[in-house]
Amino acid sequence: MSFASTQFLAFFAALFLLYYAIPRRHQWKLLLAGSLFFYWFAGWWCLIYIGVTTVTTYLAGRKIAALAASQEEWLKAHRDELSKEERKARKAKDKSVRFRWMLGCLLVNFGILAVVKYANFVLGNVSALTVFFGGQPIPSLSLVLPMGISFYTFQAMGYLIDVYWGKCRAERNLGRFALFVTFFPQLIQGPISRFGELSRTLCGEHPWDSRQIAMGAERVLWGLAKKLIVADRLAIPLRALVSDPERYTGVYVLAVVFLYAVQLYADFTGGIDITIGAAQMLGVKVTENFQRPFFSKSAAEYWRRWHITMGTWFRDYLFYPMSVSRPILKLHQKCRNRFGRFGKHVGVHTCSIILWFVTGLWHGASWNFIVWGLLNGMVIIVSQELEPLYARFHARFPSLKGSRGWDLVQVARTFWLMGIIRVLDVYRDVPLTFRQLGTVFTALRPQTLWDGSFLELGIGAGDWLVAAAGAGAMLVCSLLGRREPVRVRLTRDHPQLAWGGCVLLALLTLVFGVYGIGFDATQFIYNQF
Amino acid sequence: MEELLDILRELHPDVDFENCGNLIDGKILDSIDIVTLVAEIGDAFDVEVPAEELTPENFNSAQALWAMIQRLDEA
Repeated sequence: MSFASTQFLAFFAALFLLYYAIPRRHQWKLLLAGSLFFYWFAGWWCLIYIGVTTVTTYLAGRKIAALAASQEEWLKAHRDELSKEERKARKAKDKSVRFRWMLGCLLVNFGILAVVKYANFVLGNVSALTVFFGGQPIPSLSLVLPMGISFYTFQAMGYLIDVYWGKCRAERNLGRFALFVTFFPQLIQGPISRFGELSRTLCGEHPWDSRQIAMGAERVLWGLAKKLIVADRLAIPLRALVSDPERYTGVYVLAVVFLYAVQLYADFTGGIDITIGAAQMLGVKVTENFQRPFFSKSAAEYWRRWHITMGTWFRDYLFYPMSVSRPILKLHQKCRNRFGRFGKHVGVHTCSIILWFVTGLWHGASWNFIVWGLLNGMVIIVSQELEPLYARFHARFPSLKGSRGWDLVQVARTFWLMGIIRVLDVYRDVPLTFRQLGTVFTALRPQTLWDGSFLELGIGAGDWLVAAAGAGAMLVCSLLGRREPVRVRLTRDHPQLAWGGCVLLALLTLVFGVYGIGFDATQFIYNQF
Repeated sequence: MEELLDILRELHPDVDFENCGNLIDGKILDSIDIVTLVAEIGDAFDVEVPAEELTPENFNSAQALWAMIQRLDEA
């Protein structure tokens, strides 16, 4: 059930009305029932997968918390009898017991994810090798990916690690924990919430709050407009450009880079707007996932502002634990006095490469995502190593740093660099992507931009204008919303103008939205991850 | 504390670590600095800094770092 479908609108409207009609103490139970229904809609068998993750994580969390409590009690009772070293040894032993419980649960759940998402990728590669050496191909398995498995697995495992670290309490109620894992607005494309943050409002009692509901509805509408007017409209020429790569080379490839950046932004942020807005209408606060990413001045900054919750998940639960692990610290000790400045960074760069390899793999089981991840990592590492060079450059030209012009250069550089790496996601074929990018230098043909060729890509001049106006509106809202979102400011300072804007936006979405067969919009791009 | 300040100064000689309270929030220390710092702290004070201690609260100032080192040493 896509967010931009009539089915979802009907489902949400019914749930919303019931939510505020029933006694408040039962609201979270209704949310859980609604979430399970939403998930069941994708296939009843999906419930088995999410059920296993929910129950195993709940039980492991409870066990770890119980162990921590009893171990702490024992230490308190025997504190005076033990020396400092004995206390440390005891704590380390206790921690290793808790660690084994956590590890077991991580292996089960990441194991499920690995099998359903990556088994055929591994088999495909092994099969290709076997055939290369003259053997028989290995048949692939018939596996269907449960909806949102990467998102809910990461969210549940983040909770478990937080319980192990003592950063959040273990939820006592299985139903409430199940709601945290299955909460339908964020089930299929995130954000990847933390239990400590989401649980504050998820299971609370929510009285009717007209302002919050209106603000949430506005955001849903804004998300739908981005998705239906811009993202789905640009999907048509993009499909045409990618379906015939031999024909569409040179400047067309630059168009793919640019159009896919705009389409993905409209699609993904639109989906997140619907998620956050729908949750807000139910009184639930979901964390933000974007912070105007296309205004970033470096790749590292871009990744702090794009898909924020995924980035912080990998940072907190993979990068940091890896960076302070004994093998990496040993590597750091070995290299820090060799290879100059770079030697001090060998350990952390090793972790970065692993992090970006896993990030690529998380996005999809194919080489294009792995290469995409590694390229992102390489760009960030090279930028970090070139910092002394940048410093010398700015010492030579001191007026550049901080100037509006230089900022623009940096923003444009980051936009195109990230866009060029991102096209690996469009062509889905590593050699093809590089061949296509190569044609920008060998067969640019810039005249294609104005000779009418772009009007033969499935949409006419009117559609291009609508898409451009929509993208322009997104840009203006981003520029004006630096400190506070435009709609928040408008609603507060000029409520009548805000209402007029909403009515206009709804009309524009109805008139200019791209509707497919049966009025179901194209699937959100991030659903597939 | 002086030894910790020396380690910090080696990372960023231009920062007044005795008075700075927003090393993370002010983006003075990045992930490379944090990991380097953890390794140096481990060597200098013989404490292991576990991943769960890598929080802005613990790394925002020299004082907070010192408090964390002492807490880990006493544990």
